[in-house]
Amino acid sequence: MSFISKKKTAIPGFGLTMGITILALSLLVLLPLSMLVIKGASLSFSKFIEIITSQRAIASYKLSFGASFIAAFVNVVFGTLVAWVLVRYKFPFKRVVDALVDLPFALPTAVAGITLTSLYSVPVFADNIAWYNGYFGVLLDKIGIKVAFTPLGVIVALIFIGLPFVVRSVQPVLQDLEPELEEASLCMGASRARTFFKVILPNLIPAILSGFSLAFARALGEYGSVVFISGNMPMKTEIIPLLIMTRLEQYDYLGATAFAIVMLAVSFTLMLLVNFISFWSSNKYKSYN
Amino acid sequence: MGKNLEEKNISLLLRLGRLSLILIALLFLILFLFVPLVAVFAGAFEKGWDTYLKAITEPDVMASIKLTLLVALIVVPINVVFGLISSWLITRFKFRGKGLLLTILEIPLAVSPVIAGMVFILLYGSRGLFAPLLEYLDLKIVFAFPGIVLATIFVTMPYVARELIPVMEERGVSEEEASLSMGASGFRTFWSVTIPNIKWGLLYGIILCNARAMGEFGAVSVVSGHIRGVTNTMPLQVEVLYNEYNFTSAFAVSSLLAMLALLTLILKSILEWKCNKE
Repeated sequence: MSFISKKKTAIPGFGLTMGITILALSLLVLLPLSMLVIKGASLSFSKFIEIITSQRAIASYKLSFGASFIAAFVNVVFGTLVAWVLVRYKFPFKRVVDALVDLPFALPTAVAGITLTSLYSVPVFADNIAWYNGYFGVLLDKIGIKVAFTPLGVIVALIFIGLPFVVRSVQPVLQDLEPELEEASLCMGASRARTFFKVILPNLIPAILSGFSLAFARALGEYGSVVFISGNMPMKTEIIPLLIMTRLEQYDYLGATAFAIVMLAVSFTLMLLVNFISFWSSNKYKSYN
Repeated sequence: MGKNLEEKNISLLLRLGRLSLILIALLFLILFLFVPLVAVFAGAFEKGWDTYLKAITEPDVMASIKLTLLVALIVVPINVVFGLISSWLITRFKFRGKGLLLTILEIPLAVSPVIAGMVFILLYGSRGLFAPLLEYLDLKIVFAFPGIVLATIFVTMPYVARELIPVMEERGVSEEEASLSMGASGFRTFWSVTIPNIKWGLLYGIILCNARAMGEFGAVSVVSGHIRGVTNTMPLQVEVLYNEYNFTSAFAVSSLLAMLALLTLILKSILEWKCNKE
């Protein structure tokens, strides 16, 4: 990173921009978030532990972490493949496909939620099945797989939400990869597969890891696309954000705060991890988006 | 001859491998992204054009459209001003704590939308920190319009800034310094040198910010209070209609949001193409 030294350049506005930036971030981000600490402080430690280790909470941690992990893993496999295909091969409508990858960023989560639920559920009135309504659900039901209102449904929604994070992390790195390395490896008689795993993949690992962490972090906090398809059954298909939502609806703000603190701790750890990965790889690519 | 045939076989194998990789990737994208997108429109137009028009002109739906537009109309300009100011600060000056500032700026992206909403209840709710003050002033923030705006600002805060920072960093300051040394004022330099240089990046940030502002569900859901025709934004209206088993209407409103998403994607690709050309 190259920083512009302040002394000689007479670029104006340091005080003004600094003041406004700090004021805005303090009032709109830090003050609201500090409420979690203030509210949390009125909880005794034993009460805090009691809330966050209740059976219902543990069940939702298992679901949230498990489903987020599986979804992020699926996204790593298919996201890397999509990035590879987009960078290396030519095919019709490539630009359209490339743009479509960002759909989960652009489509409101509630819309994704009700659409996925409709596609994957099994309609009660079997005569009313259109291809967009219960089509996947009915097909999968025939081979004994239920998606809507099961943990599998949560995973499907989280795969949808997380895909662009992996593609957009891996794509730029793949683009910048020097073809000389591969050519050298191929010239020396290594097979295509060997070249991929020994030469290309090691270069992609930091990008894949950061894509995984971003997809995982987003999946943990995701609410809109999951609440419809999960069915929200306590102990079975209740994710952590929903646990918070339920407490809020019961005006149990202390309980909600306890879970929010747990989630925030996990999010910050993941954020540090992402920063560490991009620092470690010292590759300057855009991590989100 | 034999060697030639062998080479031909290898290139055929390579081509087959390439084709199957493309097909697997496309199949995955079709199943997970394309089909859901088409399903939104199929669901919306299931019962024909007339039902569709009726669904989107229903008073509660119209109110939700107006509310969503109004929220975006307030949030996006605030975000633009904040984005310009903060990226100017970050890319034009060297100061201690810049890393910390950048981290704070990214916090809203790392926080669950549900938490983003709930912190405003803890602040401005009936039992919140500012409750006595708000009661004295007879102001309602949470479960009302201001709360929706605040929660939306929170979740969109970094959007414009993080598109501008890399662009401004890359452009450097030489042109601005030249303008300043020729006697132009700071504001004039900003308007006639900086803004034209960063216009595509700025537009890109605005588009992304707008999409998130109009589509936000979790954070707004917490602070809105779900008053029909008053504090329901479009995504919340989708939820209400869906939970009432009014699927056609839910998809009709969804189709409007999906069109916004498509427009966002199209503009985004055009801007990326423009940026690459420059």
